[in-house]
Amino acid sequence: MAQINSEIAFTYINTNKKLTAVAALGILLGMAIYIFMNSMMAGFGKMSDESIFKVSPQIRIYNDQEISQPIAHDTDKLPILINPKIRNTHNKILNPNQLIALLKNQEKVKIVTPQVTQNVFLSMGMSQLSVKALGIIPDEAEKMFNISQTMVAGKIEDLKHNLNGIVIGSGISEKLSLRVGDNINILSSKSVNKTFKVIGIFQLNNKREDDSKSYINLMAAQQLLKENNSYITDLNVNTIDPYKARDIAPKLSNLLAYKAEDWETANETLMAASKMRKIIITFVSTTILIIAGFGIYNILNMTVSQKINDIAILKAMGFEGKDVVKIFVTQAMVIGFIGVVLGVLVALFMVNILKKVYIGGDIGYFPIQFEPLKFAQGIIFGLAITFLAGYIPAKKAAKVDPVTIFRK
Amino acid sequence: MEVALKTENIEKYFYDPVKFQVLHNLGFEVKKGEFLTLVGKSGCGKSTLLYILSTMDTGYSGNLYIDNELVSNYSLDRLAKIRNEKIGFVFQFHYLLQEFSCLKNVMIPALKLGNKSKEEIEHLAYEKLSVLGMAEQALKPASKLSGGQQQRVAIARALINDPLIIMGDEPTGNLDSKNTNIVFDIFQELAHNNKQTIIAVTHDNDFARNSDRTIEMQDGKIIN
Repeated sequence: MAQINSEIAFTYINTNKKLTAVAALGILLGMAIYIFMNSMMAGFGKMSDESIFKVSPQIRIYNDQEISQPIAHDTDKLPILINPKIRNTHNKILNPNQLIALLKNQEKVKIVTPQVTQNVFLSMGMSQLSVKALGIIPDEAEKMFNISQTMVAGKIEDLKHNLNGIVIGSGISEKLSLRVGDNINILSSKSVNKTFKVIGIFQLNNKREDDSKSYINLMAAQQLLKENNSYITDLNVNTIDPYKARDIAPKLSNLLAYKAEDWETANETLMAASKMRKIIITFVSTTILIIAGFGIYNILNMTVSQKINDIAILKAMGFEGKDVVKIFVTQAMVIGFIGVVLGVLVALFMVNILKKVYIGGDIGYFPIQFEPLKFAQGIIFGLAITFLAGYIPAKKAAKVDPVTIFRK
Repeated sequence: MEVALKTENIEKYFYDPVKFQVLHNLGFEVKKGEFLTLVGKSGCGKSTLLYILSTMDTGYSGNLYIDNELVSNYSLDRLAKIRNEKIGFVFQFHYLLQEFSCLKNVMIPALKLGNKSKEEIEHLAYEKLSVLGMAEQALKPASKLSGGQQQRVAIARALINDPLIIMGDEPTGNLDSKNTNIVFDIFQELAHNNKQTIIAVTHDNDFARNSDRTIEMQDGKIIN
């Protein structure tokens, strides 16, 4: 019984090959563009996240400066506070070694490394430049930021046992015309003056970072601040899944009683831009797919109007409303299926072509990848839209009153 | 003789553009194997009555019995099943599905009923087509046939499920006298030899005169 419904549906498809092809072409284009745009967006997102991970840890733990709190309240519960200001405390983390051990025992935590952040002056003859000097443990920092990948001269490993070595950004090297092997004078905020040797230059293709960032050995950083070797300003943490960092950070914050900031919060502007991009692309690609759905809807509506006599005859011969719905929904789904399959193939083809296109700059190859999730989403969404686009006219067909047709 | 179809108190109104009573208190019986024709002037309500009898029009009051079963209050789906099994239709404008072959057109009601295998149905459809002299055209698409040929295929289709009642709305209205005679002979044979009931609306006086019984209508009432 169901067989005869699909047999009728396939006959209609066969005798209207042109219409079928046009409708399937609509779905094909909608599908291909939907999958392609979403894959591109996913690739872009991954690339931009990766560029963030190169410069900032997934979770940064530091001693946040606090505003002084009222000591007492008056009888009306009004706080008594004179001249509130930032409490003048050290921004160092107390007892860092114990905290590092504690952090390393947390599940989902992959890497923990201490860091001393300070601003120093690099002076070269008459020219001076304010630069951020990060005191790091080279091995661990390498694991976290993949510094060696960004090195354009020298080696980061050379920093390991060299208390006088400095690795500078390419912008600094240009401004002060420093090359590997050159000496440079460093003046710290604690008035320590020391000569360092440039042992490497890195380039992140991020102008702000390249112009103002340098790495020195952790111990050298402590010396510049006249501190002992338990002086740490930041603890950098990488988690196993970077996208869970946002949930893990508050837990670490509670555990250590220091502020823990995840990378998404730290890069709020970038994340907001990427969220906007996501919304726009989702909106546009979904609209395109829905428009393709309108194509099927239109063509089925037309078929229903053309076949209104057939529908009346079928009903007179004993076909029920649900049989008529099945006939036209089958027709829509066949069109949709053809469109979806071909659309997926076209999307695969486009992704494969673009993957090989070289853009240059810090992007390199076009950041697009085969995203199974996006393909699955597209397929489900495409089939759902065809079903709807077929069901509405089919429902209309099912309501055809044969008597009014026969009496015309 | 057994009753194939019975009506009691059938009344129907049209509401557009003004309320108007089309059928007045109609009650009659049709026996099995009877060849009945409905005649009357245009607008007397005979076609309206036929569509009520066919179960396709459900907007009426009164009782309709088919094969001694009261069907007036059945759901549309249930009525569709009854039509499929017990009623065959022949229309004035032959109404074949143009994109299907003659054979398929004849097979469709039986495939829908689903009581027999596809092979049996195909065999049966050939049989019905050859009874009507259409076996050679079986594989041609319906749209390639002349009016008279299409009407014969439509009759074969109406017969495929061996229905209790065959209804025709001006089944010869579009045919020349030669084809009209062929259709008439077929109906007569079905009624008298197969004991199937024929109810046909017609304008053709000869056709009506030669049938077993004629109901004449005027202004929604039976006058004869």
